[in-house]
Amino acid sequence: MAAPRKPRDERLRQVGRLRRFLSRPETGAVAGAIIIFVFFSIVAGDKGFLASRGIRSWLEVSAQLGIIGLGATLLMIGGQFDLSVGSMIAAAGMLFLLPVVVFGWPIPLALVVVFLFAAGVGFVNGTIVNRTGLPSFIVTLAFLFILRGLTLGITRAVTGSTQVSVRAFIGTVDGVVTGADARAVLQETVFGRMFSFEWLGLPASVWWWLGLTLLAAYLLLRTPFGNWIFAVGGNPEAARNAGVPVELVRVLLFMGTAFCASILALLQVFDLGSADVTRGTLKEFEAIIVAVIGGTLLTGGYGTAVGAVFGALIFGMTSQGIFIARWNTDWFRVFLGALLLVAVIFNNYIRKRATEAS
Amino acid sequence: MATSGAASRRPGAASAQAEPPVVELRDIVKTYGRVVALNGVSMAVRAGEVMCLLGDNGAGKSTLIKVLSGVITATSGEVLLRGQPVRFDSPREAQRHGIATVHQHLAIQPLMSVTRNFFLGREPTVGWGPFRRLDMAKARRVAVAEMGRMGIDVRDADQAVGTMSGGERQCVAISRAVYFGAEVLILDEPTAALGVRQAGVVLRYVAQARARGLAVILITHNVHHAYPVADAFTILRRGTSYGTFVKSEVTREEVLRMMSGTEELDALEAELEEFALADQERPGGGGEGR
Repeated sequence: MAAPRKPRDERLRQVGRLRRFLSRPETGAVAGAIIIFVFFSIVAGDKGFLASRGIRSWLEVSAQLGIIGLGATLLMIGGQFDLSVGSMIAAAGMLFLLPVVVFGWPIPLALVVVFLFAAGVGFVNGTIVNRTGLPSFIVTLAFLFILRGLTLGITRAVTGSTQVSVRAFIGTVDGVVTGADARAVLQETVFGRMFSFEWLGLPASVWWWLGLTLLAAYLLLRTPFGNWIFAVGGNPEAARNAGVPVELVRVLLFMGTAFCASILALLQVFDLGSADVTRGTLKEFEAIIVAVIGGTLLTGGYGTAVGAVFGALIFGMTSQGIFIARWNTDWFRVFLGALLLVAVIFNNYIRKRATEAS
Repeated sequence: MATSGAASRRPGAASAQAEPPVVELRDIVKTYGRVVALNGVSMAVRAGEVMCLLGDNGAGKSTLIKVLSGVITATSGEVLLRGQPVRFDSPREAQRHGIATVHQHLAIQPLMSVTRNFFLGREPTVGWGPFRRLDMAKARRVAVAEMGRMGIDVRDADQAVGTMSGGERQCVAISRAVYFGAEVLILDEPTAALGVRQAGVVLRYVAQARARGLAVILITHNVHHAYPVADAFTILRRGTSYGTFVKSEVTREEVLRMMSGTEELDALEAELEEFALADQERPGGGGEGR
């Protein structure tokens, strides 16, 4: 059986290599990120785009988007959207800082509550989508408003304000009396360091981004669960027939987006020393944009975690690059919209190449 | 000649008589409210036999298959596996008992690779606890080897199934079922969407699966696809079994007639003849001059 196959194998392998490269979902995003990097290095390299402060600034913006983009990517591969991510950022940040500052909760307790809440939101989103069969677009759109409204309402009812800042607060955090520099006290706690450390000149968000990306890539490509994510997004009925627990996979993916939003919220809270009910506005769309630019198919079943990294880099480099080049930042959104369109058209083309019979 | 259902139907069946059929359905009734989808259907399939389940749309083929594959449970009647009565509450359970169902559109992930499709839901892993990970090397090796045994030369184990031809896609599902130890292979309209050549590809794998000792149930409404590969036919009409027939006892035309109902087919033929007559009566046709 093997003998007559050999020569054919050799010929096809060469075609396959080119095809395989072109059909990788992240190809477009990698190319785009390189082009954008070269472009801003030329037009803004001398203005600080390549200086360590500049690099740090666009890496940090990329990291923040990359973290929520990662959750959105996994969920989108699984065939769903989560529009409640932005509101979840505000909710998680407030749910953490408000009890700590107003009620004097210990930080570990507040953290546990935040992550339980995130799991709960993911569970509710996923379960409603599973049970009703409604598009997740609508279900999570409802939670975009519900979560934002709850955050606003409760925060105002408890504090009479829409912001909670550790600065305005004299009391104790984890037993340490805060003074003028309450933010530093917050950051010096054990968990505070987890979310506000700096290493090799890069902020915690970049390292969280890197770590979560590696975890997601491993999950997608090297575990049975990753296989199930692709299957649930590609053809849920076939997945069910093959014995994949489709509903469970969906619920876990919705928990994943809420978890990523919570991580971003905590990074922001520890960085700024404040929580604000308006935080995370429009972030749900930016997360989806990152996923799509990263090569994930809007209809599910196809995409990569690595692509989302480059999607986030394109976003971060562009937003900060325009700022560093001292151009009018109003144009950023025009560029972003155009980029999204190009990415979707390009992805569509790549997918056709990858999947249509030759 | 139309020996129906239960009686000794097979030449040489005497030797196999000691061994019960791999799968047997007895008097299966399924009602949905007032609608009777199946009204007392019986059927038995032995190892190494292709049973072709024929019937027009709405004859109850799909309902029967759903009962057998655990998607629904019958209102009354029995399912026997190797002579033992069984009851499936889920497709998973039917699978565990060695019943594999390959649906026309619902078997394959076109965007996923051959390997990942092959092992979907039953991924081989290495490592322990939280470090348990896919054994991709083994998965690739097995997928390529198994497809090879069915006669398909997989060029690239990471190739998306969507890039394969329609017939080959079905075969991924079939060889997967065979590999995971199915004893009963149910193929739901495997050739419906395929052209003649691709249908031939699939039918060859059906014959392969039979040669490997599986009991195959092939559902189709295309007698021409079914006839060459089938050993026996069970014909469903309006929820009841019209009987089971061994291939040596019936011709293709007889099967076709029984399937769609002799009267209806005769009526259709008469009608068509009238059309033909009407055409002859106006030579040259009236349409061209205008």
